[in-house]
Amino acid sequence: MPVSHAEEGYVTADGRQIGGTLMEMKNITLRFGGVVAIKDISFDIRDGEIRAIIGPNGAGKSSMLNVISGFYVPTEGDVYFKKVKRGPMKPYEVARLGIARTFQNIALFDGMSVLDNIMTGRLTMIKSGLLSQALWYGSAAREEYAHREKVERIIDFLEIQNIRKTPVGRLPYGLKKRVELARALAAEPKLLLLDEPMAGMNVEEKEDMSRFILDLNDEFGTTICLIEHDMGVVMDLSDRVVVMDYGRKIGDGTPDEVRNNQDVIDAYLGVAHD
Amino acid sequence: MLYREAGDFKTTYSDDSQTFPIRFDRMGYYVTLLIAFGVIPLVINDYWANAVFVPFLIYAIAALGLNILVGYAGQLSLGTGGFMAVGAYSVYKLMTAFPGMPVLIDVLLAGAITALVGVLFGLPSLRIKGFYLAVATLAAQFFLVWLFNKVPWFYNYSASGMITVPQGKMLGVYVTGAQTTASAKYLFCLIILVLLAVVARNLTRGTVGRKWMAIRDMDIAAEIIGVNPLTAKLSAFAVSSFFIGVAGALFFAVYLGAAEVTEAFSIQKSFLILFMVIIGGLGSIFGSFAGAAFLVLLPVLLKNVLVGQFGWPTDLAAHLELMIVGALIVGFLIAEPHGMAQLWRLAKEKLRLWPFPH
Repeated sequence: MPVSHAEEGYVTADGRQIGGTLMEMKNITLRFGGVVAIKDISFDIRDGEIRAIIGPNGAGKSSMLNVISGFYVPTEGDVYFKKVKRGPMKPYEVARLGIARTFQNIALFDGMSVLDNIMTGRLTMIKSGLLSQALWYGSAAREEYAHREKVERIIDFLEIQNIRKTPVGRLPYGLKKRVELARALAAEPKLLLLDEPMAGMNVEEKEDMSRFILDLNDEFGTTICLIEHDMGVVMDLSDRVVVMDYGRKIGDGTPDEVRNNQDVIDAYLGVAHD
Repeated sequence: MLYREAGDFKTTYSDDSQTFPIRFDRMGYYVTLLIAFGVIPLVINDYWANAVFVPFLIYAIAALGLNILVGYAGQLSLGTGGFMAVGAYSVYKLMTAFPGMPVLIDVLLAGAITALVGVLFGLPSLRIKGFYLAVATLAAQFFLVWLFNKVPWFYNYSASGMITVPQGKMLGVYVTGAQTTASAKYLFCLIILVLLAVVARNLTRGTVGRKWMAIRDMDIAAEIIGVNPLTAKLSAFAVSSFFIGVAGALFFAVYLGAAEVTEAFSIQKSFLILFMVIIGGLGSIFGSFAGAAFLVLLPVLLKNVLVGQFGWPTDLAAHLELMIVGALIVGFLIAEPHGMAQLWRLAKEKLRLWPFPH
């Protein structure tokens, strides 16, 4: 079923209303010396949708995510967030815009407890200064407990109540992935970037994770952009899919459109040369 | 009363995040405070104050400060001796310039000056990490000691190059100078230590501490979730140097009375305090106390045993003491690389299940 991609948004197959453009990438090129990681790619992410980026290994997906998250500055091209052009920014400034992410290789703080890790997600919202915190008086304590309450809701949502005081270093892989998602969620992001959220998981863990992703999109209205290799998961979860190969964009559209795109089939299955 | 958290229900987040969540610990903490403030000042004499309690309290402050920097923020520093010297010379200049001021204010101002100097020497940490940063702070150590030796203004042009503390009062009681009583010295240091320990605990359990630990554990991820590495690292240097500066000021003004910079604040001081932090436990408030106690008390104990009990000559005992302390440090670190704080944590975990561990 073809969908209309009008500026006002569109309605998905399962009846969710998708809003206007939240983030737009215009003619992005990223070079590292002589290596071209991304070549002239444009696409947009709509408010409230689940957008997937797929492609074979080395296609430039993670580089693309790093451009979106502001970790890499594109060599050419512009990034628009909420219709405003984004200049070169420090990663921590991007975080303040409302963009949070998880990493392909888990990037949690191993020496801290699960609770502390998730609390770090709310760092940008805490106003009280050094002195007030040193005395644990007035605003510092009040803020701490207000944020703790928000964090506890996320802990409930992701069903990790029983490990909240455990140091992250002691947790198994699947739970670490979940804690990392919790930390990203704690920032209450507008846009959540997930770099291979299901890599290395078994079927049950994948099902759990998929459920969390759908639920948080549904309940909090978070826009999600994810990279994933498991095609079943991608096709089930996402509203629209960007396909990359060798740094170029070779397909863009709903899962059905992408599945029937000849370029995409060629990239994944190879082409016969005669 | 058993060592349990069961039955001690926490109904608010402030209860849940308190420093001593187990009732038994809480009682232990209050009893310790009671003994420290109520009993020891009454019975303390000059020997105990000068050999044991005052150095322990002062080194505990310095260890807390260094632990904030190395243990919590993950920035290795070998400049502790130099920063203590900044605290000592600041308090000396302040006390000689404003004789009537309460000593506590001089000491806190000395800490603030050291914090500024610490931030200055912390700037390289924005570009370099680990061993390279250690070398940069080592330069701070040598530069500061050289500076205080070279510029006579710092020691008020005294002929010997030494600084000697003037008499100073706090609430009408002498706390520095020759007329100070043992209990006054002890109480003055104790009050400052308790205040600073509470500050250290509050900072490390809240937002600032999380920023520091995030930078320590994975600086790139910390930046992506919104930690500004500039402010996080420099605030760690500032707070840590404040503590170390206060320790340096007390070390000179209350403990030594007169000091010469190359002797009192050499590189050995930096290493001694770093050892305290490592042996006590990186990233632990309790560890700072344990490490300071270990390295202050052990030499005193060994000396008393070797000279007092066995009657060995003092020079032989002094050499043996160095060797035994060194061997114990090495042995200890092999047995428990995470320090005494980790031993304490393990003991507490065992105790929570005792006597039915399964």
